[in-house]
Amino acid sequence: MVFGLGGGTSSYEEVEETELIVLWGSNARETHPIFFHHVLAGVRNGARLIVVDPRRTTTSEWADLWLGPDVGADIALANAVGREIIHAGLAHREFVERATAHFEAYRQSVEPYTLERAEAISGVPAEAIRELAHAYGSAGTAQLCWTLGITEHHNATDHVLALINLALLTGHIGRRGSGLNPLRGQNNVQGGGDMGAVPTRLPGFQDVEDDAARARFEAAWGVTVPPRDGWHLTEMFEAMERGELRALYVIGENPAQSEADVQRARRLLDGIDQLVVQDITLTKTAAMADVVLPAAAAWAETEGTVTNSERRVQRVRKALDPPGEARDDLDIVFALAERLGADWGAADAERVWDELRGLSALHGGMSYARLEELGGIQWPCADEQDPGSPFLHGRLWRDPLEGPRVPFHSVEHVPPVDELTEEYPIRLTTGRRLDSYNTGVQSADYGSPLRRPETLDISPEDGARLGVADGERVRVCSRRGELEAPVRYAEELRPGLAFMTLHFPDDVDTNRLTIEAWDPKSGTSEFKASAIRIEKIG
Amino acid sequence: MEVHRLPTPASAAERAAVDALLGPPPAEDGDGGPGRSERGRPQQAREERQLLLPALHAVQDAIGWISAGALGYVCERLRVPPAEAYGVAESYALLSTRERPPRVAHLCDDIVCRNAGADALAGEVARGLEGDEGATWEPSPCLGVCERAPAALLQVAGGEDRVITAADAPAVLAGLRGDGGAGEAPEAAASAPQTAEPRADGLRLLARAGLVDPASLEDYRAHGGYEALRVALERGPQWVIDELIASRLLGRGGAAFPAGRKWADVASADARPRYVVCNADESEPGTFKDRVLMEHDPFALIEAMTIAGVTTGAEHGYLYIRREYPLATARLEAAIARAEAAGLLGDDVLGSGLRFTIEIRRGAGAYICGEETALFNSIEGYRGEPRNKPPYPTQAGLFGKPTLVNNVETFANVPAIVLEGGAAFAATGTEGSAGTKLFCLAGSVVRPGVYEVPFGATLHELIALAGGVEGGGEPQAVLLGGAAGSFVTASQLDLPLTFEDARAAGVSLGSGAVTVFGESVDLADATRRIAAFFRDESCGQCVPCRIGTVRQEEALHRLAGANGNAGDEIAILGDVARAMTDASICGLGQTAGIAVQSAIDLGLLEREGSAP
Repeated sequence: MVFGLGGGTSSYEEVEETELIVLWGSNARETHPIFFHHVLAGVRNGARLIVVDPRRTTTSEWADLWLGPDVGADIALANAVGREIIHAGLAHREFVERATAHFEAYRQSVEPYTLERAEAISGVPAEAIRELAHAYGSAGTAQLCWTLGITEHHNATDHVLALINLALLTGHIGRRGSGLNPLRGQNNVQGGGDMGAVPTRLPGFQDVEDDAARARFEAAWGVTVPPRDGWHLTEMFEAMERGELRALYVIGENPAQSEADVQRARRLLDGIDQLVVQDITLTKTAAMADVVLPAAAAWAETEGTVTNSERRVQRVRKALDPPGEARDDLDIVFALAERLGADWGAADAERVWDELRGLSALHGGMSYARLEELGGIQWPCADEQDPGSPFLHGRLWRDPLEGPRVPFHSVEHVPPVDELTEEYPIRLTTGRRLDSYNTGVQSADYGSPLRRPETLDISPEDGARLGVADGERVRVCSRRGELEAPVRYAEELRPGLAFMTLHFPDDVDTNRLTIEAWDPKSGTSEFKASAIRIEKIG
Repeated sequence: MEVHRLPTPASAAERAAVDALLGPPPAEDGDGGPGRSERGRPQQAREERQLLLPALHAVQDAIGWISAGALGYVCERLRVPPAEAYGVAESYALLSTRERPPRVAHLCDDIVCRNAGADALAGEVARGLEGDEGATWEPSPCLGVCERAPAALLQVAGGEDRVITAADAPAVLAGLRGDGGAGEAPEAAASAPQTAEPRADGLRLLARAGLVDPASLEDYRAHGGYEALRVALERGPQWVIDELIASRLLGRGGAAFPAGRKWADVASADARPRYVVCNADESEPGTFKDRVLMEHDPFALIEAMTIAGVTTGAEHGYLYIRREYPLATARLEAAIARAEAAGLLGDDVLGSGLRFTIEIRRGAGAYICGEETALFNSIEGYRGEPRNKPPYPTQAGLFGKPTLVNNVETFANVPAIVLEGGAAFAATGTEGSAGTKLFCLAGSVVRPGVYEVPFGATLHELIALAGGVEGGGEPQAVLLGGAAGSFVTASQLDLPLTFEDARAAGVSLGSGAVTVFGESVDLADATRRIAAFFRDESCGQCVPCRIGTVRQEEALHRLAGANGNAGDEIAILGDVARAMTDASICGLGQTAGIAVQSAIDLGLLEREGSAP
């Protein structure tokens, strides 16, 4: 949204070459293990690694420096880092002057975020914040990477902006080796966004509310495209609550278990007129549906492409026929169109892809033949002579500057919505473990020697203080709901911080506890910050 | 780095052994919880990883085996995941991860010793150890003292390793009890008969063996030592490399790569630091020439490595020597210490302002670590598994940096080349094989030992030098190049021993092992021993070798029992050998079938009456 394109700006290769890697709100060791191989290669090649995470994660154990802020204190931390970079004279003045806008407003906005104030807000010693600032400010090249620790907040967009500001301040963007990289949770999250599976965008990040863009699609499709932004998931649930949304077609999503404040989500799903679910297994959401459309598994039973976190589009080839009545998603959607009276012709993945290439400038040069030949291509790739783009925004360094300046956004620290009080004194944060994925739709059927059942992870100090033994079942209450779970003493947690995953919703329904407070710009709920109380049972 | 601790604690003695190497452990931070910020040490952890093998040695030396607790403590100190460290410890024959008595005799039963009474010796030692809970024995592959077979290596917890040669049971049992005196220090002539008076003419590599006191730097200098380093520093790197190229010196480790090109490549590499590595992991069965050089002229190797360091721009060298060579190791350690004290190693080599140091690393009983990239992995603290090439060591070797790796004998040629000039050196030998070569005569010859001859001498002449075949007459066969080499028969004894003639004859000089088998030797038994050796020493990394070496041994056993159709077994052996040669990552697998195939081709297995 700052740069106009939604994707990581660098290549994995650059992570292996860079001087400094900052993982902010990312436990990549467990949640992005393939990406983490590139991080380790970088570390092996001499990069410094700095990890910012409330938990002392296994990722952080590979780091030269770990900072453990309070959950939701990242903006205060980032603003203090920015202020320190400015005061230490480490800002890239030339880059700031030629390629950015609103620096002065930003400078004033971070001025109150002294190291001491950031320490008071985040709990991280001023000296460690200073070290992060100086490392990032003086590195020749630096990669700033983040994940859900940044985006699962009620002010997620502000969190991301606070980090982008740091890259603008230091010029760690648009050059080989330096970049900003949100890590994607699945092999094709990036591809979903690229293809327009977001309510405000058409394929290739073209604005739904841009008349010219819409006109191109209307001409190609021979239909009228609604001229307004759609709803994102959180807004859909609000529309259900208002009675405006009465039918829902869910493809490959399990909101009955993955939504924050999940009891409310289920109540709303129950209340609509028509629920259609298309998925590879009978998920909890599918079990509630009026119609279930069994789908083929995209990684083995279909043809097509996926796009990874470095924007590389890669071919996926069908290896197996889907079992039973399951069908390719493309087949299902085409058949549905046919029933609705539209003739889309043959449901052929390459045909669909070639249509996209004609409509999205990012993908123009990516024929299946070239994708095959080059082992995938990174967008943007305008035509068949274009080798693709290892990194984005090189324009910012061209003389004269190509295109518009990139603005700083002044953002303020706002604490998590779910306040800590005497009644709910412990901060619960959520995340994933190495062996499992989200609600388990794709991972629960596979065994893993690492897998252990869901627990409420707390620090041994909190356990002792509450008189709760390791392994003891306790009741966990938030302002929204309660559940029972066994306690696990976790060395990686400090007192006052608890951790759970969403991996085993059938056993422990963690999202009964979480808060649906969401970011108006991204629609993401604040999974990372709930306030809880732990009670002994009996 | 995340390290999961093992539940068993280390004993005080185990901790002390590790701390003696690594220093006292850092103080624990008291607060317990993770706090708000911590500093990690991933860079240091990488440097610490290379201490893994020395730390495992330290435990093995002090305690006699490596318990889970001791392994856990080493891992905690070095921040290595226990599963990985276990994988490393497990891959070495001389490190034990299972509890065993503190005193162990490793009795060689390899191709030479098994025909010198190894079997009877093992039987007697076993009887002598009955009821002794504190001692045991194990069979061992070649210990590299074939000229004085049979051999035994004694490992005693809390003591020094020692080798007993021409071993009988009383000597082994006495050694295990701790008496029998200090380790022996044999005369050079016992291992290199040409150095006995009257000394043979034309000795270059063995020129000082038996003449100098291996413990005395002064004596070495009095015999011309360190003159070459002085000249090398005076003339500069490019001159040394030019002379080395002019000398046409080929590597003596088996691959016969032009040494001058290797030196030039490292000297011109972009990356720093660069390393010099001496491969003294002489483990090819039947080979012991490097040991003789190191035992009797240790300073020459140190000087040659130093010349390599100042010539290639490396500041640090590793001398990787097999643990089976305790005497050579002790003499080299002493030589390094004396050279350091005399300013011949260290921050200012011979006043040149150049820095060069040498560190000895002991192997731990793994043939594969003689493969140069497996050797790098071993030094770095990983399992001794070969790497894919390219990149070659000159580009990315030890720690991924440009590395000059040469065999002991290759280095030993360098001082003479520097002193005489490359052209003079190349005047000896043949066009394709310049200089002299050390050969290890062992088995059924009258005077086994290391012999130095100019390239071009025939097998016949070599065997004559060693006093001929025991009992007279012609040998039944000769194994040229050790287990990785090939058999030749009496009809091929006129083969001139040069790289080019060997290649033309379809054989290889390999390590210079010339193992002679007299009429009475059971060659089928020898090939089975060779097959067992490869099965045992395969690192298991690549499939053709891991599976192939097992299948080869099985087929040979079936062949011996004539349980199957001999023709089928021969066909299987051929298939397996071809698969190993074509598809293995490294030389071990690629050569594991050669000796057996040559024995089949020459009809050497037919005496059993089971082959077609």
